[in-house]
Amino acid sequence: MKLSINGRDIEVAADPDTPLLWVVRDELGLTGAKFGCGQALCGACTMYADDTPIRACVTPIESVAGQKITTPEGLEGRIAEAVRAAWEKHDVAQCGYCQPGQIMAAVALLNGKPVPTDADIDEAMTGNLCRCATYGRIRTAILTASETLKG
Amino acid sequence: MFKDNIAGAVRALSANDNIAKHRATTVDRRNFLRLSAGTGAGLVIGAYLPAASPTPAAAAPGSAGDAVFNPFVTITPANKVIVLSKHLDKGQGTATGLATLVAEELDADWSQMVAEFAPANAAVYKNFQFGVQGTGGSTAMANSFEQYRKAGAAAKAMLVAAAAQSWKVEPSKITVAKGVVTDGKNKATFGELAAAAAKMPVPENPMLKDAKDFVYIGKSFPRLDQKAKVAAAPVFTQDIQLPGMRVAVIARSPKFGGKPTAVDAAKAKAVKGVSDVVTIPGGVAVVAASTWAAIKGRDALQVTWDDEAAEKRGTAELIAEYQALADKPGLSVRKDGDAAKAIAGAKTVIEAEFVFPFLAHAPMEPLNAILAFKDGKATIWSGSQLQTVDQAVASAILGIKPEDVAVKTQWAGGSFGRRAVYNSDYVAEIAHIVKALGTDQPVKLVWTREDDIKGGYYRPLYVHKVKVGLTADGGIAGWQHRIVGQSIMDGTAFAATSIKDGVDSTSVEGVHDTPYVIPNFEVELHSQKFGAPPLWWRSVGHTHTAYVMETLIDEIAVRTGKDPVSFRLSMLEKHPRHAAVLKLAAEKAGWGTPLAAGVSRGVAVHESFKSFVAQVAEVRIVDGQAKVDRVVCAVDCGLPINPDNIVAQVEGGIGYGLGAVLHSHITLTDGVVDQTNFGDYEVLRFNEMPKVEVHIVPSTEPPTGIGEPGVPPLGPAVANAIAGLTGQRIRQLPFAMHKLAAS
Repeated sequence: MKLSINGRDIEVAADPDTPLLWVVRDELGLTGAKFGCGQALCGACTMYADDTPIRACVTPIESVAGQKITTPEGLEGRIAEAVRAAWEKHDVAQCGYCQPGQIMAAVALLNGKPVPTDADIDEAMTGNLCRCATYGRIRTAILTASETLKG
Repeated sequence: MFKDNIAGAVRALSANDNIAKHRATTVDRRNFLRLSAGTGAGLVIGAYLPAASPTPAAAAPGSAGDAVFNPFVTITPANKVIVLSKHLDKGQGTATGLATLVAEELDADWSQMVAEFAPANAAVYKNFQFGVQGTGGSTAMANSFEQYRKAGAAAKAMLVAAAAQSWKVEPSKITVAKGVVTDGKNKATFGELAAAAAKMPVPENPMLKDAKDFVYIGKSFPRLDQKAKVAAAPVFTQDIQLPGMRVAVIARSPKFGGKPTAVDAAKAKAVKGVSDVVTIPGGVAVVAASTWAAIKGRDALQVTWDDEAAEKRGTAELIAEYQALADKPGLSVRKDGDAAKAIAGAKTVIEAEFVFPFLAHAPMEPLNAILAFKDGKATIWSGSQLQTVDQAVASAILGIKPEDVAVKTQWAGGSFGRRAVYNSDYVAEIAHIVKALGTDQPVKLVWTREDDIKGGYYRPLYVHKVKVGLTADGGIAGWQHRIVGQSIMDGTAFAATSIKDGVDSTSVEGVHDTPYVIPNFEVELHSQKFGAPPLWWRSVGHTHTAYVMETLIDEIAVRTGKDPVSFRLSMLEKHPRHAAVLKLAAEKAGWGTPLAAGVSRGVAVHESFKSFVAQVAEVRIVDGQAKVDRVVCAVDCGLPINPDNIVAQVEGGIGYGLGAVLHSHITLTDGVVDQTNFGDYEVLRFNEMPKVEVHIVPSTEPPTGIGEPGVPPLGPAVANAIAGLTGQRIRQLPFAMHKLAAS
């Protein structure tokens, strides 16, 4: 079946019920989105379907046919740049495994709410686990990115 | 076509990424076994630093002109300084820390520093505290501090010598700063001098800088892996894709110690992509062309397990057994005076029994390892935390010599202890799979999250039973302390150094060596066997001992009408570093100043891994559970190398510890683990992270650990705050088991 990934249409060989994460990682070789739990419990696999964050580990490819999928590799634009710069500024990542998913969630948040409150940030980020507990720096980096985008 | 574009996009994303770039080009280009093979034991610089090979590195096949100065420092023609970390970086920042030491003595520019991992070679890269190559016990900085500085200083001296020869000036006329070598007239980069410099004599005792001249140590420079990780570059074992590689997922016994007796592989093999089903010790592996096919294949696999020798007890039975044992005398760990007599004559007696659950480490990157075995040589790709143990285990299974197993250490997506395994459990699994398949193609073993949560190697379940007798004036008359739990070190290669007279020091650390003045003090231990294998979990024994000691000391203070900070200080007169962090944390937290209604402060101080940490937690009760708003922390870990990384590790330790005390426990029913994934093995989430303030005590003492010491005081500090709000002294963890009500 056909998928639209990072702005390109591609024919994939996988069965329609295969989770998007494994098609993208194993078949297409895009490993930015991570396998963390396989049950939509940790957010490491976060991608977008038409700009909405989804958990690719439980999303069968047949359910996103016709939607524009964005993986961490395809995440671009002003907000993404501001978020990545803020992540680097605050040295957010420790082990870094969850961070592509965190960044996807943060960019989606700022896309909808350019000036998020603490409660907005909590709501947007609570589905993304970080075992290194970089949560405090993630919050700071989101606020920094929001400031950057204002200017 | 599309795949090419994607590959191009990945390359573009990681174009500025040192890790990805060097990984792509250096995976096979340097053979450090050659280095040590060429020099035997090596000319030794100081006590630690083996000399570089006398063979010019540039002449080595595939080395692409890189100049190898010693086993730790390589300089490329493109002017990059590659520092090989002998330690795994699983997030704790060690690779950046070791590069900092080299940059300091080399006077490099931070922008030219690159961190990579050393190959497996205990002769060159052993951890001086372990004897094998490995990372753990928060030892990386302490055991590398001189070694990596000397490596940098030696390389600098060789660069200066090469410049002096080339410019025909005295070496003393040459200065080096920010990666530039100059005599005032001539100027060169490291990259320009490297090839000639690497051929210069290796100084036996390179001069190290005086601390007052440090330009990197003590200041915060960004992590060298940050950019690649932010760019979602493929730096993890899970991301590696090799030509012809297949993926294996293992069906393991639901009960620890069960063995497969009958395997019906028909349905598994019917799954598209599944190629093989092989039985290995402890399980049945499904091997497939893709990860999803392997997972589906395992779901379809039918295995009959023989539970004859399996562990069949649940945690309820285990706790009851431990509690009964705690009433009986155990192996004596410490005996000062006569505790029983002192307690019998005491005015007040506090009796407390604590139960700590099994805990899984649950790093974000589920366990994995890749192994390829061809022509009698094996290669392992893994976030290897005990490289030479992994090497030895794999070589024994494959029937080859350890030196014929290359270990390519990858950045690990967390570990918290789980990737350092005395028996290299998951490396052994992949070696057995590859051996059973008889393939010369690489195979990647993937654990699912369920495998991780159910797979054992837990922080063991512990019961403590303590009786404290108090004198009429509120002092401690006697203290009787019994600990029951599995020994982590028993049966491992570390037993010889960790177990003395039957006492595993990791079972009692933090109790028997308490800094508090306790007359008539008795500590006893019962080490028990249980089917679920135990393992060190971020801060090891201190995960439970700090909780017991610091909640009890707090309770004694409160019950005798003393201020918890003052009471501790009164018993820490001979422990100035404990006292200093305690005072600093209390001061910064505003200890004793009014708080909003419904908020309480709790304090704890604890030494672990030779570092001293005090924390003050501010806690509220929300919906019957503790909500931690703020944690103020003071830490003394000796000379701070990278203060921001110290802060980051303490923030992380607080979050890791808080998730565990609030939510986490592994329970078993009839030998089967009840939890499966992050839905029922809950850890700290974003909205639960407190504000954390970290204050570092200035110090010129040798650097000590920081990956773990932030964890132990957190639980007791929060528990003490809860007691201040509700009067409840929580003695069975996690807190989620208890309904809290503000009194």
